[in-house]
Amino acid sequence: MPAPIRLRELIRTIRTARTQAEEREMIQKECAAIRSSFREEDNTYRCRNVAKLLYMHMLGYPAHFGQLECLKLIASQKFTDKRIGYLGAMLLLDERQDVHLLMTNCIKNDLNHSTQYVQGLALCTLGCMGSSEMCRDLAGEVEKLLKTSNSYLRKKAALCAVHVIRKVPELMEMFLPATKNLLSEKNHGVLHTSVVLLTEMCERSPDMLLHFRKLVPQLVRILKNLIMSGYSPEHDVSGISDPFLQVRILRLLRILGRSDDDSSEAMNDILAQVATNTETSKNVGNAILYETVLTIMDIKSESGLRVLAINILGRFLLNNDKNIRYVALTSLLKTVQTDHNAVQRHRSTIVDCLKDLDVSIKRRAMELSFALVNGNNIRGMMKELLYFLDSCDPEFKADCASGVFLAAEKYAPSKRWHIDTIMRVLTTAGSYVRDDSVPNLIQLITNSVEMHAYTVQRLYKALLDDISQQPLVQVSSWCIGEYGDLLVSGQCEEEEPIQVTEDEVLDVLEGLLVSNLSTPVTRGYSLTAIMKLSTRFSSVNRIKKVVSIYGSSIDVELQQRAVEYNALFKKYDHMRPALLERMPIMEKTASNGPTEIMQTNGETEPSVPDTKHLPLVTQPANQANDLLDLLGGNDVMPVIQTTLPTKPASAGGELLDLLGDLSLTGGPTVVPAPAPSVPVSQPPFLLDGLSSQPLFNDTSAAIPPMTAYSKNGLKIEFTFERANPNPNIAVITIHATNTTEADMTEFVFQAAVPKTFQLQLLSPSSNIVPALNQGSVTQVIRVLNPQKQQLRMRVKLTYTHKGSPVQDLAEVNNFPPQSWQ
Amino acid sequence: MMRFMLLFSRQGKLRLQKWYTATAERDKKKMVRELMQVVLARKPKMSSFLEWRDLKIVYKRYASLYFCCAVEEQDNELITLEVIHRFVELLDKYFGSVCELDIIFNFEKAYFILDEFLIGGEIQDTSKKSVLKAIEQADLLQEEDESPRSVLEEMGLA
Repeated sequence: MPAPIRLRELIRTIRTARTQAEEREMIQKECAAIRSSFREEDNTYRCRNVAKLLYMHMLGYPAHFGQLECLKLIASQKFTDKRIGYLGAMLLLDERQDVHLLMTNCIKNDLNHSTQYVQGLALCTLGCMGSSEMCRDLAGEVEKLLKTSNSYLRKKAALCAVHVIRKVPELMEMFLPATKNLLSEKNHGVLHTSVVLLTEMCERSPDMLLHFRKLVPQLVRILKNLIMSGYSPEHDVSGISDPFLQVRILRLLRILGRSDDDSSEAMNDILAQVATNTETSKNVGNAILYETVLTIMDIKSESGLRVLAINILGRFLLNNDKNIRYVALTSLLKTVQTDHNAVQRHRSTIVDCLKDLDVSIKRRAMELSFALVNGNNIRGMMKELLYFLDSCDPEFKADCASGVFLAAEKYAPSKRWHIDTIMRVLTTAGSYVRDDSVPNLIQLITNSVEMHAYTVQRLYKALLDDISQQPLVQVSSWCIGEYGDLLVSGQCEEEEPIQVTEDEVLDVLEGLLVSNLSTPVTRGYSLTAIMKLSTRFSSVNRIKKVVSIYGSSIDVELQQRAVEYNALFKKYDHMRPALLERMPIMEKTASNGPTEIMQTNGETEPSVPDTKHLPLVTQPANQANDLLDLLGGNDVMPVIQTTLPTKPASAGGELLDLLGDLSLTGGPTVVPAPAPSVPVSQPPFLLDGLSSQPLFNDTSAAIPPMTAYSKNGLKIEFTFERANPNPNIAVITIHATNTTEADMTEFVFQAAVPKTFQLQLLSPSSNIVPALNQGSVTQVIRVLNPQKQQLRMRVKLTYTHKGSPVQDLAEVNNFPPQSWQ
Repeated sequence: MMRFMLLFSRQGKLRLQKWYTATAERDKKKMVRELMQVVLARKPKMSSFLEWRDLKIVYKRYASLYFCCAVEEQDNELITLEVIHRFVELLDKYFGSVCELDIIFNFEKAYFILDEFLIGGEIQDTSKKSVLKAIEQADLLQEEDESPRSVLEEMGLA
């Protein structure tokens, strides 16, 4: 049999192939030859054949039949064979292969070979792809080699040990003795790999970390020598002495200095020195500076050092090199929470990065920009961010839109600005906004009572332009349904009112129903909107016709709605006005504090948690924001800023514990109940989904009022009504009056009921109870009592009287039977 | 740590792949394909870093070859660029003005050099001289292996 062709010749031949098919043919032919050669157990050419196989493997062809051959090569005495054999093992024989373990013995022998290059091969292979079993078996050998004086082997053994520890962390202890004098080595290879090993050990084990903390002075010394020493040609890179080692030492120092004052102090000087003396003209220098900045920010460094670090990052931002800018933005993102003010100084540079061509830089700049938005810069920032939203790639639009909404809710300087911003987002990135933005926006619009006319007009105009963006269309149709009367009335304070007829509005809504662009959800919105207009417009017949057509729609959802609305026209026409009345101001029922923390990322679904005892009810309060800060939940729930007490400052994250003090940790164990997804288009607790008006003067018998609380001059009276359609709901109005000479300001009324009840608190008329009975604060409570149990309530009152805060808890038990039976 | 390093041409041909974690063959192929696509689509003015899956990718183009490394979250991207550069310098010194063809025809040598420079994704030796010397010595060993054999073969005694 002729000698198998040489590797280079095969490569040359395969490269002449002009098509994939031709290549495949050549490869198949060669593979067949190799296979038969393997079968013949030919020792001479095994090496050559395996090498060829590895080449073909790189081209993407299967090479598994060479696995055993690699093992044979490794077992051979010839260095050439071993070299290719180990290479083959690393490429073909990872731990997923069955024959993998057969290597162990060979490696063990080679680890003790007389030639260091063979030992090196074995160490390298073990260190790159040894399985856990192999590592277990051979750890002892590695440990032995870690103690050798041969630096060529020692450095490899150190990295091999790193791999062993990664695979089998329990073996870490075993390497501890060998690390004793690793750092006293002069050889940079050993030094570098030792630092890597120490880093790995410290990262994995707090005990090791404590143990190695004492190395800080030695590390500092080594680093100092590197910086101060003169030119060393062997380790020099662009004028810097062994930057790789410097970076690794800095990283180890970071881990050792973290949360330890003494260590951090010991490294302050050297960090300052590196930060100021490192050359920044080339990438190497910047790599070291980068690592230094990361270390400074992570340890307990003094403030001067931190400012130095942020300034370095600021300079990075202005660097021409994209890579440096990228790295700066990443680091700033990490530090913006802790060193907010320092980062703010670089805001304009960061905003400029929004216009960068590089996608990664843009993304980071966007995230950072959102982190830097605050009440002072909101207008300017939002202008930039909206411009960015206009022009950015689709992959950014969803995140950017969400970010804009969140920032707008937190810092909107005015209602009109807020709505304009939302409109802008919906019209430019309407198809990318997240699903939950629609209900959130609807709620926002509902609560901005004075802007209703303006909002509906703008949304209507937007609809005329473009009906393809579903979230925009949905919000618009909802608004038109609610405020269509304002639209046709031609009244608008904020801008020039448009003249729209009822028919034009209905045309638009009907257009949505038939358009191919509308999703089923959108169709549902527009049908409901049309229905609502039946109480606001006079063209009822037209609406009746539309509704009846859809009674036979193929879409089940639409059909159901249409049929029910039809019924509303026929049998229940007397209820129609009440049912379709204007929505009241909606409240978000907030959840308990700890639950909030678990649901971060601006989770806006309200959840109703179960506590051990009583379900909690929230109330808009000024304390809400303080509590949010204490809990650190800055972006937990959007808090709608309002100034008038008649609008609910939708509470987020208030922790109400009516059973005791406001305990922020522990306290009654809160088991967050699965949040019932509250459809925001209907106020919660109206389980029949009908009435939207709080006060129902209906046919129930008059229920006597009662005094619920009377103490220190504050008197609270309850008056009752039963909601007619749902006899399980009791509507209580509280009247708070003040007989003392001083006003009671910041008055907050909170209530809790036993588990079987559900409670809803609407917004108070005011939070000042005027002195001397000059007026009263009223507030409506709705209580759902499906089990018709005796109503009990616990109330908590807080107010400020004559400059001092007052707080009181009371039980209310004397409810008249008619209120709950 | 470095998870893997890839070398590939502008046409998407793989020239070297070194994996430092155990990955299934199928997954490797998929990742290589995906990553090549992403990197080759990058414009020249873009930064050398990108996020891909849960890793950071650091890549640099030298003539017709892309050198592409995947590192973890806590790794320093700028120094990784230097690592790539060091590897290129080693290849250059070894082959004498290295070009893609050298790596194609001597891929096993490229692997040997890489394995003398990195183990488990970490640098073994920061001295160029030291690494090159070790390769040189190992090559000598290989020659010693081969020469006696060919002499004996010539004499027909093998």
